Amino acid sequence: MNIKEYLIEKSLSIIVLFLVILVFLLIVFMLIEAIPAFYDVGFLNFVLGSNWIPDNGEFGILPMILGSLYITSIALLISIPLSISCAIFLEEIAPNTLKNIFKPVIQMLAGIPSVIYGFFGLTLIVPIIRNNLGGNGFSILAAAIVLSFMILPTITSLTQDAIKSVPNYYKEASFGLGSTQWQCIKRVILPIAMPGIGTAVILGMGRAIGETLAVLMLAGNISNIPTSVIDPIRTLTSNIALEMGYATGIHYNALFATAVILFVVIVFLMIVSVYIQNRYAVKEVI
Amino acid sequence: MNSKTVQKFTSSIFILSGAFTLLILLVLVGFILINGFHVVNLEFLFSKPLDSGRQGGIFPMILSTVYLIVITTLISVPIGVGSAIYISEYASNKSLINVIRFSSQVLSSVPSIVFGLFGLAFLVIFLKMGWSILSGGVVLALMAIPTIFQVSEVSLQSVPSVYREGCYAMGATKWQCIISVLLPTAIPGICTGIILAITRAISEAAAVMYVVGSSLDVPISIFDTGRPLPLHLYILASEGISMDNAYGTATILIVMVLLITLISNIVIDNYQKKLMGC
Repeated sequence: MNIKEYLIEKSLSIIVLFLVILVFLLIVFMLIEAIPAFYDVGFLNFVLGSNWIPDNGEFGILPMILGSLYITSIALLISIPLSISCAIFLEEIAPNTLKNIFKPVIQMLAGIPSVIYGFFGLTLIVPIIRNNLGGNGFSILAAAIVLSFMILPTITSLTQDAIKSVPNYYKEASFGLGSTQWQCIKRVILPIAMPGIGTAVILGMGRAIGETLAVLMLAGNISNIPTSVIDPIRTLTSNIALEMGYATGIHYNALFATAVILFVVIVFLMIVSVYIQNRYAVKEVI
Repeated sequence: MNSKTVQKFTSSIFILSGAFTLLILLVLVGFILINGFHVVNLEFLFSKPLDSGRQGGIFPMILSTVYLIVITTLISVPIGVGSAIYISEYASNKSLINVIRFSSQVLSSVPSIVFGLFGLAFLVIFLKMGWSILSGGVVLALMAIPTIFQVSEVSLQSVPSVYREGCYAMGATKWQCIISVLLPTAIPGICTGIILAITRAISEAAAVMYVVGSSLDVPISIFDTGRPLPLHLYILASEGISMDNAYGTATILIVMVLLITLISNIVIDNYQKKLMGC
């Protein structure tokens, strides 16, 4: 009996190490393939170079970094106000029956595959932009709009959690002083929920930067520094997805180097969100 | 403006944004179902694609997706749930727990295309597994593990400690307690996590793009190349091969994901009610 218990504990402890080994392997294999590119092109030339011409051996990912940045910022600009006010609606205004209807709505929006979002953008939003704003429709704007829909459920549900965790007596005190619902939301609930909302936004941002397929289908994928929102653009993720199929030699390494930059950005965002959570979670208890 | 007008104005904004969210879902799903429904019939479901997808059906893609679901589940569930049991019930070393949690957070934030590259470099080339459904399944499993781990850990820890104490007081060993008390109590939460992870895995195209091979043939064994539904949809739509068949594929994919979510929600709810009942 004791031997059985011992064996079970030991085998579970081996399984758990798998997670750590996996992260280790992931980082090692990315670096092994990426280092030749960093070495050959030079790290600064790689990150700050503005030309990506693999046939000439020019590998600069600045346009892609800007591309990811533009698309993500516009998507957040659309998504943040929409999802925060949707979360306020669900937590503070909607009656319980409506709340129960909306729960699966948010779940479904989160569950719809990104390729479907991309396809939807391709067949509906790209033509609308082409006909009304000019250009060929494949643009920063098309990708950003679809991306803002994709991160909406993430930000909404995490903001809902943050609002839910505001203790009731704060609200009661605020109403007791004669404030209207909006005054209570603005002065009491939002300030207290702010760290949670910040985490929600950062996680949404991480999803937007990491999203590949929808952006690949909508952004036009030309690696230029854009001048307007209806210009096509290429992001870090779509750069990898587009060229991995035929890349060889240093070009292949340069794509892994792109992935390393992406990985560093995403992990940095993750650490910031964990820091915010831990830093402010303590204050709430007091 | 007095505070009452402001109050009315702001609450209508909140209500409108709620309605807009609902509208996004309805337009998105409605648009695809309306355009795709007339394409879908038994022949579309059970025949092979012809002329690189312009004609014919999507049977090989459905089969590839089913294979991927099975492989992903078989690999990710034991590892995800096993790690959660260890961290929640056995581990006493604080720094080990933190390292594991941090690793799983890193894994769950890594973009899918990065997993795809890792799969290509490590599984396909280094381990010589080649472009195959097996390689694709392993990559998807790696992506699913952190979700299953995180949700299972939370569900195990939310089992009240009186259950554990009662169990030990009856003379049960740790493993007996886990198998006969903790897991049955935590299983609704764990299953929700598994379903979430698996539906995400079958929706994924970027991660398997350069790993499964994407041939149009019917996969016989897991060592054959395959092309799951999302990848097929991506190729049909972005290369402009056939919009009709793309709508059909999108319809099947949406219906599949929504059905899995809906049915599992109902089953889990029923189980939970039973659990509370007795």
